[in-house]
Amino acid sequence: MAAHELHPENWVDLYADYLFNYAVARISDAEIAKDLVQETFYAGLNSAKNYKGDAAERTWLVAILKRKVIDHYRKINSKKGKAEVRISYNSDAESEGDWLEEQVADPFSQDGDYILENEELGMALQECISKLPKKQSQVFTMKTMQGMSTEDICNELDINPSNLWVMIHRARTALMGCLNENWF
Amino acid sequence: MKITCEEASHICDKSQYKEASFWEILKLRLHNLYCKACARHTKRNQTLTSLCNRANLRVLSDSEKETMKQDLEEKL
Repeated sequence: MAAHELHPENWVDLYADYLFNYAVARISDAEIAKDLVQETFYAGLNSAKNYKGDAAERTWLVAILKRKVIDHYRKINSKKGKAEVRISYNSDAESEGDWLEEQVADPFSQDGDYILENEELGMALQECISKLPKKQSQVFTMKTMQGMSTEDICNELDINPSNLWVMIHRARTALMGCLNENWF
Repeated sequence: MKITCEEASHICDKSQYKEASFWEILKLRLHNLYCKACARHTKRNQTLTSLCNRANLRVLSDSEKETMKQDLEEKL
């Protein structure tokens, strides 16, 4: 069942942002994340002949990227133990003399939940954006993610402001519908 | 002071990017008082903005993508 085919020439346009966000959410260093995405594309090219077409192109690339992320952590962790580790009971002067119990993490803190949830939200949003027509998603990302001014976008894409707002409006309406189905 | 729903949605979109003037926002608020459809749309639009901010999405710049593409093409 070879329902899917690989089109490496479109990879960067279609998946670079998606993969980049996937990596950034896990590595939190933009430079390394970018390199990993690039490596993923290379690896994808090299093993293109192993692609059976069972999964969609993007799913396949994400699977490769996942391995790359794991490898990255393996690599940096292999350096562990070579460095000197210093643990002190109380490092800063301010909390000196506090009970140890007061220094444990707040059990009611939901920070972790927020981070996880936002990561999933980001992927859902990215998914929805990638479903938009190309022009709309382009305008929307420029305006929303990159925060470019209306004037700059108009100049760059050679459109007039009312044109731009129509596209923004359509993109936003579509995104609201899409997120409604996939997120809430 | 009265505006159509079309204008209202345009102001609503603009205000998501902080590009609506004070008077425009006032007009939109007034419109939302009697137009439930626009009031609902405004609320959803604001939710979308806050979601976008929370998700903190990053994009690669065009130049970065261009270099990636060239690198990839060399290997093809």
